[in-house]
Amino acid sequence: MTLERKLSREQIAERAAQELPDGAYVNLGWGIPNLIAAYVPENAGVIFHSENGILGMGPRARAGEEDYDLVDAMKAPVTILPGGAYFSQVDAHMMTRGGHLDVAVLGGLQVSERGDLANWKVPGAKFSGGIGGAMDIAVGSRRLIVTMEHITKNGEPKIVKICTYPLTALQCVTTIVTDLAVIDVTPNGLQLREVAPGVSVEEVQRVTGPKLSVASRVPEMRLRAK
Amino acid sequence: MKNKIYPNVDAAVADVSDGASLMFGGFGGAGFPNELIRAVGRKGSRNLFAISNNCGTGEGELSVLFKNKQIRRVIAAFPGPQSTYFQQQVESGEVEYELVPQGILCERMRAHGAGIPAFYSPVGVGTEVAQGKEERAINGRRCILESALGADFALIRALKADPLGNLIYRKAARNFNPVMATAATITIVEVNEIVPVGALDPETIVTPSVFVHRIVEVGGAHDA
Repeated sequence: MTLERKLSREQIAERAAQELPDGAYVNLGWGIPNLIAAYVPENAGVIFHSENGILGMGPRARAGEEDYDLVDAMKAPVTILPGGAYFSQVDAHMMTRGGHLDVAVLGGLQVSERGDLANWKVPGAKFSGGIGGAMDIAVGSRRLIVTMEHITKNGEPKIVKICTYPLTALQCVTTIVTDLAVIDVTPNGLQLREVAPGVSVEEVQRVTGPKLSVASRVPEMRLRAK
Repeated sequence: MKNKIYPNVDAAVADVSDGASLMFGGFGGAGFPNELIRAVGRKGSRNLFAISNNCGTGEGELSVLFKNKQIRRVIAAFPGPQSTYFQQQVESGEVEYELVPQGILCERMRAHGAGIPAFYSPVGVGTEVAQGKEERAINGRRCILESALGADFALIRALKADPLGNLIYRKAARNFNPVMATAATITIVEVNEIVPVGALDPETIVTPSVFVHRIVEVGGAHDA
């Protein structure tokens, strides 16, 4: 498959941003998810949650205006919007685990046919940063979107029958957004909802472990980012 | 009034003995009790059991104690990519550690502070963290049994204290500090400023004084 037709990380983020309903409470994880906020229109009223105790988190702080007591989960200095709130890590995870967040978007290493997620450790790696909040977020979010590249650097599918990497949570993923496709996890298996511009259904299936359910016509994603 | 104010951080940690268990507040560079950590470093207590979200950043935060080889055992949610000394000592077998989901770390400490010995949770079911834990279905949902987590000391950071120990925090520097205050036998707080009793609005106090045993004023850049 030619590289030009795969989406960039920014384009994956743009497509994932389209999944966020107006007014939703949303947690964004490390990696591609961290790029999503830039593609959410201000008037959508989406309220971002950070696991270290922020609701109403705004964009990154401008150079010279950083406050290192106001950082996101990736330690980057951020801002807080009018109507925002600070609270403890306990309250932050009551929100994640207790089902109070409408949507979470996490990065992924593997997603299984039934929506199991592996995203915190590569087998054999000497050290992973840790689990962090991923397990609490994956278990508790009402809707969990995973953004990732469709295949590994070695060309292996990341969407698999059964996860072989250390698991984050069972049956938690609702939608997968990759550089090739948007796929929903349904009780009847994986449903191909959209393909990246210029990518065929067959090309997506070829690099996907499980068999995809496919409607007679699969639309292409609409994107502006390069 | 019982005097909770200590003249300096060294006096506040003078009885942190070898083998003690300690909780350390802080997340993402914010809200770490760095002055108290350095004081434990100077005190030199060894064989410590550390409970913390992460395990040091470069030379800072908990790295001070790992570098001195003062910590033997750790419970953490996210040791972090820059926890160099921790990682070296895990590899050499000098440090043993248990990884826990971050919200469960919070909740285990909250349970201890609230007098709840254990609780069931769906987080971690079917994963590495479920190993060795009792599993049962509650209302049809698979859950694992998590135990409460307490410590001899909590070392925390706040913005302001009054002499009773009522605390307010600053922005996202709050993070793990309030729950750790509830979960230790002795909670020691370093604050930017000690203000008179009555100066903190009772409506805005985050950690009520009953949870705080020792207070040290260490200064800091921020007023509010």
